[in-house]
Amino acid sequence: MSTPDDSAPALMVEAVDVHKSFGLVEVLKGITLSLRRGEVVCLLGPSGSGKSTFLRCINHLERMTSGRILVDGQLIGYHERGGGLYEMSGRELAMQRRDIGMVFQRFNLFAHHNVLANIAQAPMLNRGQSRQQALDRANALLKMVDLEGRGEAYPYQLSGGQQQRVAIARALAMDPKLMLFDEPTSALDPELVGEVLSVMRRLAAEGMTMLVVTHELGFARDVADRVVFMDQGVVVEEGPARDVLDHPRQERTQAFLRRMR
Amino acid sequence: MSPQRIVPARNWGQSILAAMLLVVVGLLVYMVGSSRHINWGAIPHYILDETILDGIKLTILFTVLSMVIAIVAGAVLAVMRLSPNFILSGFSSLYIWFFRGTPLLVQIIFWFNIQLFIPSIDIGPLHYETNAIVTAFVAALLALSLNEAAYMAEIMRGGLLAVDIGQHEAAKALGYTPAQAMLRIVFPQALRVIIPPIGNQTISMLKTTSLVSVVAAQDLLTRTQNIYAKNFLIIELLIVASIWYLVMTTVASGIQYIIEQHMAKSTHEKSTVWRAALRIMRAEGSGR
Ligand SMILES: Nc1ncnc2c1ncn2[C@@H]1O[C@H](COP(=O)(O)OP(=O)(O)O)[C@@H](O)[C@H]1O
Ligand SMILES: [Mg+2]
Repeated sequence: MSTPDDSAPALMVEAVDVHKSFGLVEVLKGITLSLRRGEVVCLLGPSGSGKSTFLRCINHLERMTSGRILVDGQLIGYHERGGGLYEMSGRELAMQRRDIGMVFQRFNLFAHHNVLANIAQAPMLNRGQSRQQALDRANALLKMVDLEGRGEAYPYQLSGGQQQRVAIARALAMDPKLMLFDEPTSALDPELVGEVLSVMRRLAAEGMTMLVVTHELGFARDVADRVVFMDQGVVVEEGPARDVLDHPRQERTQAFLRRMR
Repeated sequence: MSPQRIVPARNWGQSILAAMLLVVVGLLVYMVGSSRHINWGAIPHYILDETILDGIKLTILFTVLSMVIAIVAGAVLAVMRLSPNFILSGFSSLYIWFFRGTPLLVQIIFWFNIQLFIPSIDIGPLHYETNAIVTAFVAALLALSLNEAAYMAEIMRGGLLAVDIGQHEAAKALGYTPAQAMLRIVFPQALRVIIPPIGNQTISMLKTTSLVSVVAAQDLLTRTQNIYAKNFLIIELLIVASIWYLVMTTVASGIQYIIEQHMAKSTHEKSTVWRAALRIMRAEGSGR
């Protein structure tokens, strides 16, 4: 779907030597990672290895300690002036985040809004869409995530799988260039995982650039162009999905994959 | 064949206690009712007395104004308290600590006597006698509002913290500005937690306003005292005042009940936030 023209940078995400510490504990120890336009990358790794933290640095939900992250050629979170990085204001950060969709493990649908309002509010507020435009788009997106006609429901009335599909639709309503998924199926009952993954497959097929933290190896193998394996704050191994998953070279990757089966 | 009769066990201890209670309460009522020292006729005579009714108006005015000011100031204090800026949060903590840690009665007397150390207010060429500005009414209102603001700040902080952090993060990730996230996502959800204790505080405030009678702020109790200072029908007039306080708190409780029913019926009654609201509402005392 995306049509790279000459002026647009080839890389959608370019993270260089990203460090992040919580207090004295260094959680990310220099992550360097790029995503090409339209690429789907799955980020694997044991719990606590820093996957979520890295993902949250990409839309500056987390303030990195050092390094730099560019999305579509734009430095995220900072203005560069005279060799220094100056953090952006809340409003400027908000503007950058509008181009980066994020899907959370716990869905985080707005509990006081029904499904349509969850999806339509942000584009009405910040994309200049009229009420009618935003609602039409929301209904179209609901159809795309197989939830046609559920617009009036409140989040608590939906199953986890349905909530997560609404959350995907909500993120897509802002027309993001990039989608970040943080273990989107980990909070779901096993029988509901498939419906969410199938929506994500569809999205990948349409050419969306996606960075997906997941433990679903089948999804990674089928959908990901590349797999990145992280452990203890560093990238241990990365490469084409089948290479890494079927012939892991690093000890830690092998051990992790053995445990996953 | 007729079914066998089933006789539930009788709890004799409770029955005896209940009987004793009836006797004691009955005796008390008889003692008060038959007392020759109480002029019962004075009560209906004063219940609609114009002075009393004016006092009621002022008591309600004090309650409404001080609650409105306290809610606005409390919201500001709560947001400050949660701010990462330590001067803002420190100021808010100090404010809450001070106003909750000193008696309201002392605060009322303090504001009433403020001219003792600020005799006049000069703004450029303008000169005001503090006495002329800080009347008993203003002193009473200041004390009630500033004190209540400290309690409101804590209630609102609790409400804001009760909203799942994920709600705020989702709003941020979607590109809501900080103000949009607060006003459209976090605050509306915090309201469900905040409204029940605000109701409790308002009911409590109806009674608390009686403290301003120490500076003769012309509320219901001040007027009551003014009348019995002349005719010495002390008990009778206190009964009149009590009847009116009961009427006001009962009406306010009724309004609170209706609001809470309405909130419970609204579509998202089962949301976690609403469950948290119910929990806090049940646990929350008046706080004073
Ligand atoms: N806000 C935080 N404060 C302190 N430590 C944190 C915070 N968030 C994450 N961590 C720590 O950082 C490490 C990496 O966490 P995370 O990025 O969530 O890992 P993953 O998503 O790979 O499971 C963990 O040890 C976690 O305890
Ligand atoms: Mg995680």
